[in-house]
Amino acid sequence: MAATEISSSEQYNFDIVKKFSIMAVVWGLVGMSVGVWIASELAWPFLNFDIPYITFGRLRPVHTSSVIFGFGGSALFATSYYIVQRTCQARLISDGMATFTFWGWQAAIMLGGISYMLGFSQSREYAEMEWPLDILIEIVWVTYLAVFVGTIMRRKQPHIYVANWFFLAFILATALLHTFNNLAVPVSLFSMKSYSLFAGTQDAMTQWWYGHNAVGFFLTAAFLGMMYYFVPKQAGRPIFSYRLSIIHFWALGFLYMWVGAHHLHWTALPDWTSTLAATFSIMLLLPSWGGMINGIMTLSGAWDKLRTDPIMRFLIVALSFYGMSTFEGPLMALKDVNALSHYTDWTVGHVHSGALGWVAMITFGSLYHMIPKLWNTEMWSKKMIEVHFWFATIGALLYITAMWISGITQGLMWRAFDQYGNLQYSFVESVAAMHPFYAMRAIGGMFFVTGMLLMFINVMMTVRQANAATAKVTAAHRAKMAGMASA
Amino acid sequence: MEWLNWFASFENTKPVALVILFVTFVLIVLYVFGDKKRSARLETYKDMPFLDDATEVKEGKK
Repeated sequence: MAATEISSSEQYNFDIVKKFSIMAVVWGLVGMSVGVWIASELAWPFLNFDIPYITFGRLRPVHTSSVIFGFGGSALFATSYYIVQRTCQARLISDGMATFTFWGWQAAIMLGGISYMLGFSQSREYAEMEWPLDILIEIVWVTYLAVFVGTIMRRKQPHIYVANWFFLAFILATALLHTFNNLAVPVSLFSMKSYSLFAGTQDAMTQWWYGHNAVGFFLTAAFLGMMYYFVPKQAGRPIFSYRLSIIHFWALGFLYMWVGAHHLHWTALPDWTSTLAATFSIMLLLPSWGGMINGIMTLSGAWDKLRTDPIMRFLIVALSFYGMSTFEGPLMALKDVNALSHYTDWTVGHVHSGALGWVAMITFGSLYHMIPKLWNTEMWSKKMIEVHFWFATIGALLYITAMWISGITQGLMWRAFDQYGNLQYSFVESVAAMHPFYAMRAIGGMFFVTGMLLMFINVMMTVRQANAATAKVTAAHRAKMAGMASA
Repeated sequence: MEWLNWFASFENTKPVALVILFVTFVLIVLYVFGDKKRSARLETYKDMPFLDDATEVKEGKK
Protein backbone atom coordinates (compact mmCIF):
# COMPACT_ATOMS: atom_id res chain seq x y z
CA MET A 1 0.00 0.00 0.00
CA ALA A 2 2.97 2.31 -0.34
CA ALA A 3 2.36 5.53 -2.18
CA THR A 4 3.97 5.83 -5.56
CA GLU A 5 6.94 8.11 -6.04
CA ILE A 6 6.03 9.15 -9.58
CA SER A 7 4.72 12.71 -9.99
CA SER A 8 0.91 12.62 -9.82
CA SER A 9 0.49 14.70 -12.97
CA GLU A 10 2.43 12.04 -14.90
CA GLN A 11 0.85 9.07 -13.18
CA TYR A 12 -2.74 10.27 -13.51
CA ASN A 13 -4.86 11.88 -16.21
CA PHE A 14 -5.53 15.24 -14.57
CA ASP A 15 -6.12 17.03 -17.86
CA ILE A 16 -9.66 15.65 -18.06
CA VAL A 17 -10.30 16.53 -14.41
CA LYS A 18 -9.19 20.12 -15.10
CA LYS A 19 -11.52 20.42 -18.11
CA PHE A 20 -14.55 19.16 -16.22
CA SER A 21 -13.72 21.36 -13.19
CA ILE A 22 -13.61 24.50 -15.31
CA MET A 23 -16.86 23.60 -17.05
CA ALA A 24 -18.52 22.90 -13.70
CA VAL A 25 -17.77 26.47 -12.66
CA VAL A 26 -18.88 27.87 -16.03
CA TRP A 27 -22.17 25.92 -16.04
CA GLY A 28 -22.72 26.86 -12.40
CA LEU A 29 -22.53 30.53 -13.29
CA VAL A 30 -24.71 30.15 -16.40
CA GLY A 31 -27.34 27.87 -14.81
CA MET A 32 -27.68 29.85 -11.59
CA SER A 33 -27.92 33.14 -13.52
CA VAL A 34 -30.76 31.70 -15.59
CA GLY A 35 -32.34 30.55 -12.31
CA VAL A 36 -32.22 34.09 -10.94
CA TRP A 37 -33.68 35.42 -14.19
CA ILE A 38 -36.69 33.07 -14.11
CA ALA A 39 -37.19 33.68 -10.37
CA SER A 40 -37.28 37.38 -11.25
CA GLU A 41 -39.77 36.70 -14.05
CA LEU A 42 -42.12 35.17 -11.49
CA ALA A 43 -41.78 38.22 -9.25
CA TRP A 44 -41.77 40.81 -12.07
CA PRO A 45 -43.48 39.22 -15.12
CA PHE A 46 -42.59 42.12 -17.48
CA LEU A 47 -39.14 40.48 -17.66
CA ASN A 48 -40.59 38.02 -20.17
CA PHE A 49 -40.53 40.94 -22.65
CA ASP A 50 -43.05 38.93 -24.70
CA ILE A 51 -40.16 36.98 -26.21
CA PRO A 52 -41.17 33.29 -26.40
CA TYR A 53 -37.57 32.01 -26.16
CA ILE A 54 -37.07 33.45 -22.68
CA THR A 55 -40.43 32.71 -21.10
CA PHE A 56 -40.44 30.82 -17.80
CA GLY A 57 -41.63 27.55 -19.41
CA ARG A 58 -38.68 27.42 -21.79
CA LEU A 59 -35.98 28.79 -19.51
CA ARG A 60 -36.88 26.62 -16.53
CA PRO A 61 -35.43 23.41 -18.06
CA VAL A 62 -32.44 25.45 -19.25
CA HIS A 63 -31.86 26.33 -15.57
CA THR A 64 -32.42 22.81 -14.20
CA SER A 65 -30.33 21.10 -16.90
CA SER A 66 -27.47 23.60 -16.57
CA VAL A 67 -27.24 23.34 -12.81
CA ILE A 68 -27.99 19.62 -12.37
CA PHE A 69 -26.22 18.18 -15.40
CA GLY A 70 -23.91 21.03 -16.40
CA PHE A 71 -22.68 22.16 -12.99
CA GLY A 72 -23.40 19.05 -10.89
CA GLY A 73 -22.67 16.55 -13.66
CA SER A 74 -19.38 18.16 -14.71
CA ALA A 75 -18.31 18.39 -11.04
CA LEU A 76 -19.12 14.69 -10.61
CA PHE A 77 -17.18 13.69 -13.72
CA ALA A 78 -14.23 15.77 -12.45
CA THR A 79 -14.23 14.51 -8.88
CA SER A 80 -15.00 10.87 -9.75
CA TYR A 81 -12.12 10.78 -12.27
CA TYR A 82 -9.88 12.43 -9.66
CA ILE A 83 -10.88 10.20 -6.74
CA VAL A 84 -10.88 6.92 -8.63
CA GLN A 85 -7.36 7.58 -9.88
CA ARG A 86 -5.97 8.69 -6.52
CA THR A 87 -7.58 6.00 -4.39
CA CYS A 88 -6.87 3.19 -6.88
CA GLN A 89 -3.45 4.68 -7.69
CA ALA A 90 -4.08 3.94 -11.31
CA ARG A 91 -4.47 6.10 -14.43
CA LEU A 92 -7.82 6.17 -16.26
CA ILE A 93 -7.94 3.25 -18.69
CA SER A 94 -8.37 5.43 -21.75
CA ASP A 95 -7.59 9.13 -22.24
CA GLY A 96 -9.54 9.07 -25.52
CA MET A 97 -12.68 7.66 -23.96
CA ALA A 98 -12.46 10.14 -21.07
CA THR A 99 -12.09 13.01 -23.55
CA PHE A 100 -15.13 11.70 -25.43
CA THR A 101 -17.18 11.81 -22.23
CA PHE A 102 -16.16 15.45 -21.82
CA TRP A 103 -17.12 16.66 -25.29
CA GLY A 104 -20.21 14.42 -25.47
CA TRP A 105 -21.49 15.64 -22.11
CA GLN A 106 -20.88 19.32 -22.86
CA ALA A 107 -22.54 18.97 -26.28
CA ALA A 108 -25.61 17.33 -24.72
CA ILE A 109 -26.07 20.12 -22.17
CA MET A 110 -25.46 22.86 -24.73
CA LEU A 111 -27.78 21.35 -27.37
CA GLY A 112 -30.36 20.59 -24.69
CA GLY A 113 -30.40 24.25 -23.62
CA ILE A 114 -30.79 25.48 -27.20
CA SER A 115 -33.55 22.96 -27.94
CA TYR A 116 -35.53 24.02 -24.85
CA MET A 117 -35.37 27.68 -25.87
CA LEU A 118 -36.61 26.70 -29.33
CA GLY A 119 -39.55 24.96 -27.67
CA PHE A 120 -38.54 21.28 -27.85
CA SER A 121 -39.31 19.33 -24.70
CA GLN A 122 -40.62 15.86 -23.91
CA SER A 123 -42.22 17.35 -20.77
CA ARG A 124 -40.61 14.97 -18.29
CA GLU A 125 -39.20 16.84 -15.34
CA TYR A 126 -35.36 16.80 -15.23
CA ALA A 127 -35.46 14.73 -18.45
CA GLU A 128 -36.82 17.25 -20.94
CA MET A 129 -34.31 16.44 -23.69
CA GLU A 130 -35.84 14.92 -26.80
CA TRP A 131 -34.80 11.49 -28.10
CA PRO A 132 -31.70 12.34 -30.24
CA LEU A 133 -30.06 13.97 -27.19
CA ASP A 134 -31.15 11.07 -24.97
CA ILE A 135 -29.28 8.71 -27.28
CA LEU A 136 -26.17 10.92 -27.12
CA ILE A 137 -26.33 10.89 -23.31
CA GLU A 138 -26.76 7.10 -23.32
CA ILE A 139 -23.57 6.66 -25.38
CA VAL A 140 -21.61 9.10 -23.20
CA TRP A 141 -22.84 7.41 -20.04
CA VAL A 142 -21.91 3.89 -21.13
CA THR A 143 -18.44 5.20 -22.03
CA TYR A 144 -18.21 6.81 -18.56
CA LEU A 145 -19.16 3.48 -16.96
CA ALA A 146 -16.49 1.69 -19.02
CA VAL A 147 -13.80 4.24 -18.05
CA PHE A 148 -14.73 4.13 -14.36
CA VAL A 149 -15.03 0.34 -14.05
CA GLY A 150 -11.93 -0.20 -16.20
CA THR A 151 -9.92 2.10 -13.93
CA ILE A 152 -11.14 0.28 -10.81
CA MET A 153 -10.16 -3.04 -12.42
CA ARG A 154 -6.56 -1.88 -12.93
CA ARG A 155 -6.24 -0.56 -9.34
CA LYS A 156 -3.05 -1.07 -7.37
CA GLN A 157 -4.95 -1.21 -4.08
CA PRO A 158 -6.71 -4.45 -3.12
CA HIS A 159 -9.67 -2.60 -1.58
CA ILE A 160 -12.00 -0.22 -3.42
CA TYR A 161 -12.44 2.94 -1.32
CA VAL A 162 -16.06 3.62 -0.32
CA ALA A 163 -16.29 6.89 -2.30
CA ASN A 164 -15.92 4.81 -5.47
CA TRP A 165 -18.82 2.58 -4.40
CA PHE A 166 -21.04 5.63 -4.23
CA PHE A 167 -19.84 6.82 -7.65
CA LEU A 168 -20.39 3.38 -9.18
CA ALA A 169 -23.91 3.15 -7.74
CA PHE A 170 -24.61 6.60 -9.18
CA ILE A 171 -23.34 5.65 -12.64
CA LEU A 172 -25.24 2.34 -12.74
CA ALA A 173 -28.50 3.74 -11.33
CA THR A 174 -28.41 6.77 -13.65
CA ALA A 175 -27.91 4.46 -16.65
CA LEU A 176 -31.00 2.45 -15.66
CA LEU A 177 -33.10 5.52 -14.89
CA HIS A 178 -32.16 7.38 -18.05
CA THR A 179 -32.83 4.35 -20.25
CA PHE A 180 -36.26 3.40 -18.93
CA ASN A 181 -37.59 6.90 -18.32
CA ASN A 182 -36.76 7.93 -21.89
CA LEU A 183 -38.30 4.98 -23.72
CA ALA A 184 -40.24 6.82 -26.41
CA VAL A 185 -41.42 6.49 -29.98
CA PRO A 186 -40.26 9.31 -32.30
CA VAL A 187 -42.85 10.74 -34.66
CA SER A 188 -40.42 10.16 -37.52
CA LEU A 189 -36.70 9.64 -38.00
CA PHE A 190 -36.21 13.31 -38.84
CA SER A 191 -38.49 14.75 -36.17
CA MET A 192 -37.38 15.89 -32.72
CA LYS A 193 -40.84 15.06 -31.36
CA SER A 194 -41.49 11.75 -29.64
CA TYR A 195 -44.16 10.17 -27.46
CA SER A 196 -43.58 8.19 -24.28
CA LEU A 197 -43.88 4.43 -24.41
CA PHE A 198 -45.94 4.55 -21.22
CA ALA A 199 -49.38 6.07 -20.71
CA GLY A 200 -51.42 7.59 -17.89
CA THR A 201 -50.56 6.57 -14.36
CA GLN A 202 -47.76 4.24 -15.49
CA ASP A 203 -46.17 7.17 -17.29
CA ALA A 204 -46.40 9.31 -14.15
CA MET A 205 -44.99 6.48 -12.05
CA THR A 206 -42.05 6.00 -14.46
CA GLN A 207 -41.38 9.73 -14.43
CA TRP A 208 -41.24 9.88 -10.63
CA TRP A 209 -39.37 6.63 -10.28
CA TYR A 210 -36.80 8.44 -12.43
CA GLY A 211 -37.23 11.84 -10.78
CA HIS A 212 -36.75 10.77 -7.20
CA ASN A 213 -33.96 8.33 -7.97
CA ALA A 214 -32.21 11.06 -9.91
CA VAL A 215 -32.29 12.94 -6.60
CA GLY A 216 -31.23 9.78 -4.74
CA PHE A 217 -28.42 8.58 -6.94
CA PHE A 218 -27.33 11.60 -8.99
CA LEU A 219 -27.77 14.37 -6.42
CA THR A 220 -27.19 12.34 -3.25
CA ALA A 221 -25.14 9.15 -3.67
CA ALA A 222 -22.67 10.72 -6.08
CA PHE A 223 -22.11 13.82 -3.95
CA LEU A 224 -21.68 11.52 -0.94
CA GLY A 225 -18.83 9.97 -2.91
CA MET A 226 -17.36 13.47 -3.08
CA MET A 227 -17.97 13.92 0.64
CA TYR A 228 -16.28 10.66 1.65
CA TYR A 229 -13.07 11.75 -0.06
CA PHE A 230 -12.87 15.54 0.32
CA VAL A 231 -14.09 15.92 3.92
CA PRO A 232 -11.32 13.63 5.28
CA LYS A 233 -8.75 15.21 2.94
CA GLN A 234 -9.58 18.78 3.91
CA ALA A 235 -9.90 17.89 7.61
CA GLY A 236 -6.59 16.03 7.46
CA ARG A 237 -8.07 13.06 9.30
CA PRO A 238 -9.82 9.87 8.14
CA ILE A 239 -13.58 9.44 8.04
CA PHE A 240 -15.14 8.94 11.50
CA SER A 241 -16.26 5.33 10.89
CA TYR A 242 -15.52 3.30 7.78
CA ARG A 243 -17.99 0.61 8.85
CA LEU A 244 -20.74 3.19 9.16
CA SER A 245 -19.96 4.33 5.61
CA ILE A 246 -20.50 0.74 4.38
CA ILE A 247 -23.87 0.51 6.13
CA HIS A 248 -24.72 4.00 4.85
CA PHE A 249 -24.04 2.87 1.29
CA TRP A 250 -26.09 -0.32 1.34
CA ALA A 251 -29.02 1.12 3.30
CA LEU A 252 -29.23 4.08 0.93
CA GLY A 253 -29.08 1.79 -2.11
CA PHE A 254 -31.75 -0.58 -0.82
CA LEU A 255 -34.17 2.11 0.35
CA TYR A 256 -34.02 4.84 -2.30
CA MET A 257 -35.51 2.86 -5.20
CA TRP A 258 -38.85 2.46 -3.39
CA VAL A 259 -39.69 6.04 -2.55
CA GLY A 260 -40.47 7.74 -5.90
CA ALA A 261 -44.21 7.19 -5.56
CA HIS A 262 -44.39 9.72 -2.69
CA HIS A 263 -44.47 12.35 -5.47
CA LEU A 264 -47.87 10.96 -6.48
CA HIS A 265 -49.83 10.90 -3.22
CA TRP A 266 -53.57 11.52 -3.65
CA THR A 267 -53.52 10.70 -7.35
CA ALA A 268 -54.75 7.78 -9.49
CA LEU A 269 -51.78 5.74 -8.27
CA PRO A 270 -52.88 2.73 -6.13
CA ASP A 271 -52.96 3.70 -2.46
CA TRP A 272 -50.71 0.83 -1.34
CA THR A 273 -47.93 2.02 -3.67
CA SER A 274 -48.13 5.49 -2.25
CA THR A 275 -48.16 4.17 1.36
CA LEU A 276 -45.18 1.93 0.65
CA ALA A 277 -43.25 4.92 -0.72
CA ALA A 278 -44.09 7.00 2.38
CA THR A 279 -42.94 4.18 4.68
CA PHE A 280 -39.62 3.79 2.88
CA SER A 281 -39.17 7.57 2.87
CA ILE A 282 -39.35 7.56 6.67
CA MET A 283 -36.87 4.68 6.88
CA LEU A 284 -34.52 6.60 4.61
CA LEU A 285 -33.97 9.09 7.40
CA LEU A 286 -31.74 6.58 9.22
CA PRO A 287 -29.02 6.06 6.59
CA SER A 288 -29.16 9.72 5.59
CA TRP A 289 -28.49 10.91 9.13
CA GLY A 290 -25.97 8.11 9.68
CA GLY A 291 -24.00 9.43 6.73
CA MET A 292 -24.35 13.04 7.82
CA ILE A 293 -23.13 12.22 11.35
CA ASN A 294 -20.26 10.20 9.89
CA GLY A 295 -19.17 13.19 7.82
CA ILE A 296 -19.54 15.82 10.54
CA MET A 297 -17.89 13.67 13.24
CA THR A 298 -14.83 13.38 11.01
CA LEU A 299 -14.04 16.85 12.27
CA SER A 300 -14.29 15.68 15.90
CA GLY A 301 -11.35 17.09 17.83
CA ALA A 302 -10.59 19.65 15.14
CA TRP A 303 -13.64 21.87 15.28
CA ASP A 304 -11.38 24.94 15.31
CA LYS A 305 -10.83 24.38 11.57
CA LEU A 306 -14.35 25.74 11.06
CA ARG A 307 -13.15 29.12 12.34
CA THR A 308 -10.10 29.31 10.14
CA ASP A 309 -10.78 27.25 7.03
CA PRO A 310 -13.56 28.48 4.69
CA ILE A 311 -13.32 25.30 2.57
CA MET A 312 -14.02 23.17 5.65
CA ARG A 313 -16.92 25.48 6.42
CA PHE A 314 -18.40 24.83 2.96
CA LEU A 315 -18.12 21.07 3.48
CA ILE A 316 -19.59 20.98 6.99
CA VAL A 317 -22.42 23.41 6.20
CA ALA A 318 -23.20 21.23 3.18
CA LEU A 319 -23.54 18.23 5.48
CA SER A 320 -25.79 20.23 7.80
CA PHE A 321 -28.05 21.12 4.88
CA TYR A 322 -27.96 17.46 3.83
CA GLY A 323 -29.21 16.53 7.29
CA MET A 324 -31.89 19.20 7.21
CA SER A 325 -33.26 18.36 3.78
CA THR A 326 -33.20 14.61 4.46
CA PHE A 327 -35.32 15.30 7.54
CA GLU A 328 -37.68 17.55 5.62
CA GLY A 329 -38.06 15.04 2.75
CA PRO A 330 -39.52 12.17 4.81
CA LEU A 331 -41.72 14.70 6.63
CA MET A 332 -43.13 15.90 3.30
CA ALA A 333 -43.60 12.28 2.16
CA LEU A 334 -46.18 11.72 4.92
CA LYS A 335 -49.58 11.78 3.24
CA ASP A 336 -51.12 14.36 5.56
CA VAL A 337 -48.18 16.75 5.31
CA ASN A 338 -48.07 16.16 1.55
CA ALA A 339 -51.74 17.13 1.25
CA LEU A 340 -50.66 20.59 2.38
CA SER A 341 -47.23 20.83 0.77
CA HIS A 342 -47.72 19.26 -2.65
CA TYR A 343 -48.02 21.59 -5.68
CA THR A 344 -46.88 24.50 -3.48
CA ASP A 345 -43.59 26.40 -3.24
CA TRP A 346 -42.66 24.36 -0.16
CA THR A 347 -41.55 21.63 -2.60
CA VAL A 348 -39.45 24.17 -4.52
CA GLY A 349 -37.88 25.31 -1.23
CA HIS A 350 -37.15 21.69 -0.24
CA VAL A 351 -35.47 20.95 -3.57
CA HIS A 352 -33.32 24.06 -3.24
CA SER A 353 -32.30 23.35 0.35
CA GLY A 354 -30.85 20.15 -1.10
CA ALA A 355 -29.56 21.73 -4.30
CA LEU A 356 -28.06 24.96 -2.93
CA GLY A 357 -27.29 23.82 0.59
CA TRP A 358 -26.05 20.29 -0.03
CA VAL A 359 -25.11 19.76 -3.69
CA ALA A 360 -23.69 23.19 -4.49
CA MET A 361 -21.91 23.70 -1.14
CA ILE A 362 -20.23 20.27 -1.15
CA THR A 363 -19.19 20.94 -4.77
CA PHE A 364 -17.76 24.37 -3.92
CA GLY A 365 -15.76 22.89 -1.03
CA SER A 366 -14.51 19.99 -3.13
CA LEU A 367 -13.52 22.17 -6.09
CA TYR A 368 -11.73 24.68 -3.83
CA HIS A 369 -9.76 21.75 -2.39
CA MET A 370 -9.05 20.07 -5.72
CA ILE A 371 -8.33 22.96 -8.11
CA PRO A 372 -5.10 24.16 -6.41
CA LYS A 373 -3.84 20.57 -6.37
CA LEU A 374 -4.63 20.08 -10.07
CA TRP A 375 -2.71 23.20 -11.08
CA ASN A 376 -0.09 22.75 -8.35
CA THR A 377 -0.66 26.18 -6.84
CA GLU A 378 -2.68 27.97 -4.12
CA MET A 379 -6.10 29.53 -4.63
CA TRP A 380 -5.69 33.09 -5.88
CA SER A 381 -7.67 34.60 -3.00
CA LYS A 382 -8.60 32.86 0.26
CA LYS A 383 -10.55 35.94 1.31
CA MET A 384 -12.74 35.54 -1.75
CA ILE A 385 -13.58 31.96 -0.70
CA GLU A 386 -14.70 33.31 2.68
CA VAL A 387 -16.88 35.98 1.06
CA HIS A 388 -18.27 33.34 -1.31
CA PHE A 389 -19.21 31.18 1.66
CA TRP A 390 -21.26 33.95 3.27
CA PHE A 391 -22.96 34.95 0.01
CA ALA A 392 -23.88 31.29 -0.60
CA THR A 393 -25.16 30.72 2.94
CA ILE A 394 -27.22 33.90 3.10
CA GLY A 395 -28.57 33.28 -0.41
CA ALA A 396 -29.60 29.71 0.37
CA LEU A 397 -31.27 30.70 3.64
CA LEU A 398 -33.17 33.59 2.05
CA TYR A 399 -34.35 31.30 -0.74
CA ILE A 400 -35.48 28.47 1.53
CA THR A 401 -37.19 30.72 4.08
CA ALA A 402 -39.09 32.57 1.34
CA MET A 403 -40.33 29.30 -0.13
CA TRP A 404 -41.33 27.85 3.25
CA ILE A 405 -43.52 30.86 4.03
CA SER A 406 -44.83 31.07 0.50
CA GLY A 407 -45.55 27.32 0.23
CA ILE A 408 -47.34 26.94 3.55
CA THR A 409 -49.36 30.10 2.86
CA GLN A 410 -50.35 28.75 -0.57
CA GLY A 411 -51.34 25.36 0.88
CA LEU A 412 -53.44 26.95 3.60
CA MET A 413 -55.13 29.42 1.22
CA TRP A 414 -56.04 26.68 -1.26
CA ARG A 415 -57.71 24.52 1.38
CA ALA A 416 -59.53 27.33 3.24
CA PHE A 417 -63.35 27.23 3.15
CA ASP A 418 -65.79 29.93 4.16
CA GLN A 419 -68.84 29.36 6.36
CA TYR A 420 -70.92 28.25 3.33
CA GLY A 421 -68.42 25.59 2.29
CA ASN A 422 -67.09 27.55 -0.70
CA LEU A 423 -63.37 28.10 -1.33
CA GLN A 424 -62.40 31.19 0.61
CA TYR A 425 -59.73 32.41 -1.82
CA SER A 426 -59.52 32.44 -5.60
CA PHE A 427 -56.29 31.13 -7.12
CA VAL A 428 -55.23 34.59 -8.22
CA GLU A 429 -55.51 35.84 -4.62
CA SER A 430 -52.99 33.18 -3.59
CA VAL A 431 -50.69 34.28 -6.43
CA ALA A 432 -50.90 37.91 -5.24
CA ALA A 433 -50.07 36.79 -1.68
CA MET A 434 -46.91 35.12 -2.98
CA HIS A 435 -45.43 38.25 -4.54
CA PRO A 436 -43.22 39.45 -1.64
CA PHE A 437 -41.80 35.95 -1.21
CA TYR A 438 -41.08 35.62 -4.93
CA ALA A 439 -39.13 38.85 -4.73
CA MET A 440 -37.33 37.56 -1.61
CA ARG A 441 -36.48 34.31 -3.43
CA ALA A 442 -35.06 36.23 -6.39
CA ILE A 443 -32.89 38.30 -4.03
CA GLY A 444 -31.69 35.10 -2.33
CA GLY A 445 -30.75 33.75 -5.75
CA MET A 446 -28.87 36.97 -6.52
CA PHE A 447 -26.78 36.47 -3.38
CA PHE A 448 -26.02 32.90 -4.41
CA VAL A 449 -25.09 33.87 -7.97
CA THR A 450 -22.84 36.66 -6.73
CA GLY A 451 -20.94 34.06 -4.71
CA MET A 452 -20.72 31.88 -7.81
CA LEU A 453 -19.32 34.82 -9.78
CA LEU A 454 -16.65 35.32 -7.12
CA MET A 455 -15.75 31.64 -7.43
CA PHE A 456 -15.54 31.95 -11.21
CA ILE A 457 -13.15 34.91 -10.93
CA ASN A 458 -11.10 33.21 -8.21
CA VAL A 459 -10.76 29.98 -10.21
CA MET A 460 -9.84 31.77 -13.44
CA MET A 461 -7.21 33.87 -11.64
CA THR A 462 -5.84 30.74 -9.96
CA VAL A 463 -5.45 29.00 -13.32
CA ARG A 464 -3.88 32.11 -14.80
CA GLN A 465 -1.45 32.41 -11.91
CA ALA A 466 -0.51 28.71 -12.26
CA ASN A 467 -0.01 29.03 -16.02
CA ALA A 468 2.18 32.12 -15.52
CA ALA A 469 4.30 30.27 -12.96
CA THR A 470 4.68 27.28 -15.30
CA ALA A 471 5.65 29.58 -18.18
CA LYS A 472 8.26 31.26 -15.95
CA VAL A 473 9.78 27.92 -14.91
CA THR A 474 9.80 26.71 -18.52
CA ALA A 475 11.49 29.93 -19.70
CA ALA A 476 14.11 29.71 -16.95
CA HIS A 477 14.74 26.06 -17.83
CA ARG A 478 15.12 26.90 -21.53
CA ALA A 479 17.51 29.77 -20.73
CA LYS A 480 19.56 27.44 -18.57
CA MET A 481 19.67 24.82 -21.32
CA ALA A 482 20.62 27.47 -23.91
CA GLY A 483 23.38 28.73 -21.60
CA MET A 484 24.73 25.20 -21.16
CA ALA A 485 24.63 24.61 -24.93
CA SER A 486 26.58 27.84 -25.69
CA ALA A 487 29.17 27.05 -22.99
CA MET B 1 -44.79 -22.03 -17.67
CA GLU B 2 -47.92 -21.03 -15.77
CA TRP B 3 -45.86 -20.39 -12.66
CA LEU B 4 -44.20 -17.43 -14.36
CA ASN B 5 -47.48 -15.55 -14.12
CA TRP B 6 -46.95 -15.41 -10.36
CA PHE B 7 -44.02 -13.05 -10.97
CA ALA B 8 -46.09 -10.79 -13.18
CA SER B 9 -48.03 -9.53 -10.19
CA PHE B 10 -46.53 -6.72 -8.10
CA GLU B 11 -48.51 -7.94 -5.09
CA ASN B 12 -46.27 -11.03 -5.16
CA THR B 13 -42.93 -9.68 -6.28
CA LYS B 14 -42.77 -6.57 -4.08
CA PRO B 15 -42.98 -8.48 -0.75
CA VAL B 16 -40.50 -11.06 -2.06
CA ALA B 17 -38.09 -8.31 -3.12
CA LEU B 18 -38.57 -6.69 0.28
CA VAL B 19 -37.71 -9.92 2.12
CA ILE B 20 -34.65 -10.54 -0.08
CA LEU B 21 -33.33 -6.98 0.38
CA PHE B 22 -34.02 -6.95 4.12
CA VAL B 23 -32.31 -10.30 4.73
CA THR B 24 -29.34 -9.19 2.59
CA PHE B 25 -29.09 -5.97 4.55
CA VAL B 26 -29.15 -7.79 7.89
CA LEU B 27 -26.39 -10.10 6.61
CA ILE B 28 -24.32 -7.07 5.58
CA VAL B 29 -24.73 -5.51 9.04
CA LEU B 30 -23.68 -8.81 10.67
CA TYR B 31 -20.70 -9.03 8.32
CA VAL B 32 -19.57 -5.48 9.04
CA PHE B 33 -20.05 -5.42 12.81
CA GLY B 34 -20.09 -9.13 13.72
CA ASP B 35 -16.39 -9.89 13.98
CA LYS B 36 -13.76 -7.83 15.83
CA LYS B 37 -10.87 -8.78 13.53
CA ARG B 38 -12.88 -8.00 10.41
CA SER B 39 -14.06 -4.72 11.93
CA ALA B 40 -10.48 -3.70 12.59
CA ARG B 41 -9.48 -4.59 9.02
CA LEU B 42 -12.38 -2.61 7.56
CA GLU B 43 -11.44 0.43 9.63
CA THR B 44 -7.90 0.42 8.16
CA TYR B 45 -9.39 1.31 4.75
CA LYS B 46 -10.37 4.75 6.05
CA ASP B 47 -6.75 5.83 5.49
CA MET B 48 -6.87 5.20 1.74
CA PRO B 49 -7.36 8.86 0.72
CA PHE B 50 -4.04 9.67 2.43
CA LEU B 51 -1.92 6.98 0.81
CA ASP B 52 -0.73 9.17 -2.02
CA ASP B 53 -0.07 12.19 0.18
CA ALA B 54 3.66 11.71 -0.40
CA THR B 55 3.05 12.48 -4.07
CA GLU B 56 1.15 15.64 -3.16
CA VAL B 57 3.93 16.86 -0.87
CA LYS B 58 6.48 16.17 -3.58
CA GLU B 59 4.40 18.12 -6.09
CA GLY B 60 4.07 21.04 -3.71
CA LYS B 61 7.82 21.27 -3.18
CA LYS B 62 8.55 21.52 -6.92
